[in-house]
Amino acid sequence: MMTPLYKYGFFGEEFSLLVAFVLGLGFGFFLERAGFGSARKLAAQFYLYDMSVFKVMFTAIVTAMLGVTYLGWLGWLDLSLVYLVPTHLGPQLLGGLVLGVGFVVGGYCPGTSVAALATGRVDAVVYALGIFAGTFVYAEVYPAIKDFVNSNAMGQVTLPEVFGLPYGLLVFVVVVVAVVGFWGATKIERWIGSRS
Amino acid sequence: MNPRPGSPYLNPYLAGIGLGLVLLAAFVIMGRGLGASGAFSSTLSWLVDLVAPAHAQANEYMSEYLGDGSTHPLKAWLVFEVVGVAAGALLSGILAGRAHLAIEKGPRVSTAVRLLCAFLGGGLMAFGAHLARGCTSGQALTGGALLNLGSWAFMLMVFVGGYAAAWFFRWQWR
Repeated sequence: MMTPLYKYGFFGEEFSLLVAFVLGLGFGFFLERAGFGSARKLAAQFYLYDMSVFKVMFTAIVTAMLGVTYLGWLGWLDLSLVYLVPTHLGPQLLGGLVLGVGFVVGGYCPGTSVAALATGRVDAVVYALGIFAGTFVYAEVYPAIKDFVNSNAMGQVTLPEVFGLPYGLLVFVVVVVAVVGFWGATKIERWIGSRS
Repeated sequence: MNPRPGSPYLNPYLAGIGLGLVLLAAFVIMGRGLGASGAFSSTLSWLVDLVAPAHAQANEYMSEYLGDGSTHPLKAWLVFEVVGVAAGALLSGILAGRAHLAIEKGPRVSTAVRLLCAFLGGGLMAFGAHLARGCTSGQALTGGALLNLGSWAFMLMVFVGGYAAAWFFRWQWR
């Protein structure tokens, strides 16, 4: 059996919306389980006393990355059919910076704010209103910044392609960096915890 | 107004494996990853179209989310996914005794200032996410697992931005 199922025509667009809801259920469930419905828990990442954001995020990245790598190796998943967001280096570097500041100011990111507002966090409701306001402003200024947003077009490109290294080597490096990162993050948590 | 504690959170590595398997399922079943900010774009475009249709349809950004009018703007993959996120989080929150009205903030900040910051933070986040073509879900998590160049560049800068701003806003959290 070859996957992605949707790309091989196993089901149509209507059914894909049901799939979206079910995947969202799982996504939201584990976000809340991790404590990411709490702005204080999320913001703690940037004050170093609770690095759960890093630990959860990188465990998820490593899990899914190893999954696609092994499934691709077995010939069950055609990774070339999995959608990659095109790279525009300049706008993505600036966007990440602005988003990081917004994370500390607001306490959430878009996905976690949905998990938080669903569990009754009033600040997350206000945060979501802020997302709508920001989106409206963005849409209004879009014609003026369009050239910048579409600059540095590099297409759908991965780290192994850019550095000219084997895919497997990059996967291995990310796993090693994550494991060392987990060890270091726990050390930092203990060090900050013992100071206060 | 601060939340009651409820059950302890799940071990971060177990929660990460759970999230990773959901993301892997999205790759295998759909051939795409998870997201969040796109659902806000669809919803906003639909709302503006309700209030001022001529304005929304003339706008280059919003008209893309409205499409040609043959399908409802909310009949979008990410909108259904985000509705699922809300339902899944509510289920987990109820099971853990964490679902109740509250405001998340540190002890030193007033409710009004916290809510103002939440609004401004949401606005900044939205602007950054649209510039970057995705947020922490669509870029960092999804693109991170696919070794997408732009996603890793984005993710690095999220942490740079967060740590750079942290000192200035520490009164809000501790």
